[in-house]
Amino acid sequence: MTTAGEVAVIAWRSIRRTLRQPANAIVLVFPLMLMAVNSNGLKAATHLPGFPTDSFLSFFLPFTFIQGALFAASTAGTELGRDIDTGFLNRLALTPLRGSALLAGQLGGALAQTLIQALVYLGVGLAFGVRFAAGVPGMATLVLLALCIGAGFASAGIWMALRTGSGEAVQSQFPVLFFLLFISSMNLPRNLIEVHWFRVAATLNPVSYMIEGMRSLVIEGWNGEALALGFGLSIAFVLVAMTASTFALRKRMART
Amino acid sequence: MAAAHGIEAQSLVRVFKNVRAVQGIDLTVAPGEIYGFLGPNGAGKSTTVHMLTTLLPPTSGTASVAGFDVVKDGPKVRAAIGAALQEAALDPWLTGREHVRLQSALHGIRGREQAERADELLTRVGLTHAADRKVQTYSGGMKRRLDLALALVHRPTILFLDEPTTGLDPQSRSALWMEVARLAREDGVTVFLTTQYLEEADVLANRVGIIDHGRIVAEGTPDALKAQIGRPTVEAAPSQAAELGALAAVLERFGEQTEAAPGAVAVRLDGNGDLADVVRALDAEGLRVENLQLHAPSLDDVFLAKTGHRLEGDEQVEA
Amino acid sequence: MSRGSVLSVAFALAWRQLTILRKNPSLFVPPMLFPLMSFTAFAGGLSRLRHVPGFEFRGGYTAFQFVFVLLQSAAFGGVFTGFGIARDFERGFARRLLIAAQRRSGLLLGYAFAALARWSLVAVMLTLVALAAHMQIGGNGIDLFGLFALAVLFNLVGLLWACGIAMRFRSVQAGPLMQTPIFALLFLAPVYVPLPLLEGWIHAAAKLNPVTYLLAAGRGFISGDPTDVALAFGVAVALALALSVWALRGLKRAEQIV
Repeated sequence: MTTAGEVAVIAWRSIRRTLRQPANAIVLVFPLMLMAVNSNGLKAATHLPGFPTDSFLSFFLPFTFIQGALFAASTAGTELGRDIDTGFLNRLALTPLRGSALLAGQLGGALAQTLIQALVYLGVGLAFGVRFAAGVPGMATLVLLALCIGAGFASAGIWMALRTGSGEAVQSQFPVLFFLLFISSMNLPRNLIEVHWFRVAATLNPVSYMIEGMRSLVIEGWNGEALALGFGLSIAFVLVAMTASTFALRKRMART
Repeated sequence: MAAAHGIEAQSLVRVFKNVRAVQGIDLTVAPGEIYGFLGPNGAGKSTTVHMLTTLLPPTSGTASVAGFDVVKDGPKVRAAIGAALQEAALDPWLTGREHVRLQSALHGIRGREQAERADELLTRVGLTHAADRKVQTYSGGMKRRLDLALALVHRPTILFLDEPTTGLDPQSRSALWMEVARLAREDGVTVFLTTQYLEEADVLANRVGIIDHGRIVAEGTPDALKAQIGRPTVEAAPSQAAELGALAAVLERFGEQTEAAPGAVAVRLDGNGDLADVVRALDAEGLRVENLQLHAPSLDDVFLAKTGHRLEGDEQVEA
Repeated sequence: MSRGSVLSVAFALAWRQLTILRKNPSLFVPPMLFPLMSFTAFAGGLSRLRHVPGFEFRGGYTAFQFVFVLLQSAAFGGVFTGFGIARDFERGFARRLLIAAQRRSGLLLGYAFAALARWSLVAVMLTLVALAAHMQIGGNGIDLFGLFALAVLFNLVGLLWACGIAMRFRSVQAGPLMQTPIFALLFLAPVYVPLPLLEGWIHAAAKLNPVTYLLAAGRGFISGDPTDVALAFGVAVALALALSVWALRGLKRAEQIV
């Protein structure tokens, strides 16, 4: 079987079992809850001088995509961790399946989940009055960027699973990635963050640029620099995480 | 269709950090044979299986499976073998049929052949009625049967079964034994079966290798191994306790006294008579017995003789 | 304390819970990490909100957020214990407890003691971090006692809710049911700005939300301007009593499986 065929088979399995788990619906709902709460609870922030928009929902919407991507990544990592735990990876190792196809296929479920989430969040945002400065092409670009970011986080989740060999361990390590979300420009633009160390941390945090790339499509229009940074960093994230996962898979699936 | 090659291992060793899990295994399994690999928990059975199935490289030593070196020709070995390992290793969210299709696809079986193979295997393992249910609804026995079906998808010539009936009820165990025996008898599949259950090795295996602390301590057919240990033992308890001495005197004509339960006498038969002769002798002396048993040596007795302790798993089963 | 009394059962179970924690320090990580992350993100990232016209609070934004995060950590400390109860059911250990305990209500009390002990460590860590971040404390010793007493009650509320869910569903898959209502209660409150600065539906929701009054009183305590204290404690005690009934009924349901 060709590599593409193998990727398709593994992706089919990954997508099927992701969509069959009722608990995954929660990860669709939770970011929406947070969006509802924060976009209203932080509305007062739009009265701050220099705040770039008068709609906090428009400002906050991109964060919802990132959060959804993180949940999808947690799912991907946890599922692979369980495969290792239960011996299913050994079953796959006994077939002609290539390691690269396994990794690429595992991303399938995460990307399917990310895509569904992205479309739902987009729909909800539009229904509650968000207007895209970059128009319909901007919406498509936003979804594409969300998928790139989702692939990055999912690759990180896969790497964690291969390193730890346990679904539970992956779940317990995911707060670290959540921390990256928190120390970013998720709630305020970086130039309005008062606390110096926090502003520096947010400036150094690649997640800030991913959020800002998406945000630019909503509230600014076409900002080449923001988009370049957003796409560039998320693609770099995918490459780094997938490379690390490749090495980790060689150790984990030590077949001769 | 029997394979031309079976399994061979020479001085196979596997070390984990500072634990020598396998300390030099030499074995040969002929094509079409069912080889039972018997030993307690932690003896090195699964580690040996992992090496022979290419999932773990040996630290030293060599092995060939189906004529291919397990280190140098890993992909060729994997193409020739099927394995049902210690964990059933199934995805709870896929159905039985989807599992077979996944396995088939990865082995390059496509289209109509894939669907037909799925039907054939699911029927053979008795899972047709549950084929389209998610595996999380399956019982332990059903999961094991599906595991076996998945190991057979690509028609391997050599099958590795790592403790396939652990945790199964007697009925499920029996059904699995029948299928394994049929595979060897009718399809000529070579079977390497690890187990901690004596009965399983006794019933199924043509030859048995007993492993303890990473080494093979005995190897041979079950009957030959038991014969090495000795002849059967007869144990009897008198109806009246006062006749114990008289009972012992009669039994000693047929062999040497050995360990017995309280209130009973046991002798190891030395060839001067069998159970029928013992019964006739007791009858001639007018001795009535409450309990009369013939103990043939078991593989556990073989294990005890070779290692100085009994198989743990057997104790758990009997308890 | 007689053998088999409620207290003896409670202490035995609490000892077991804390022994598990002692042997698995990694179990401390989530309940410790999330409050610290929240505190860092909110107090560090949103401090400029104090410049929003109409933001009236004496104590500084760090103290403003500390109160929220303290209550959040207390509630989720209780919820995490609920996960443990659900795991006990899944693994069959709960059955052993139900059979062995002569006074089964002691089991609830034991889980409550354990939740409180576990959360205490989190509270200490959080307080130290807040002090290191130069949090302003306007209240005196009695005020601070009041603040932490409110948090203790809220820890009990979180536990009783999660306990009731755990005993009814007896599976960790009910985790989202334990967390989501608590999350909703916490975030449909004046988290980032005082109540008068909330607008629209969230303002209406916050006015009806009991947590709003706990927050107001807690922020009053820390700034040295105690506000609606009786109301806050009344709400907290009422929640705890109502959820005690909920948890005890859950226990009765769980007993039926033994």
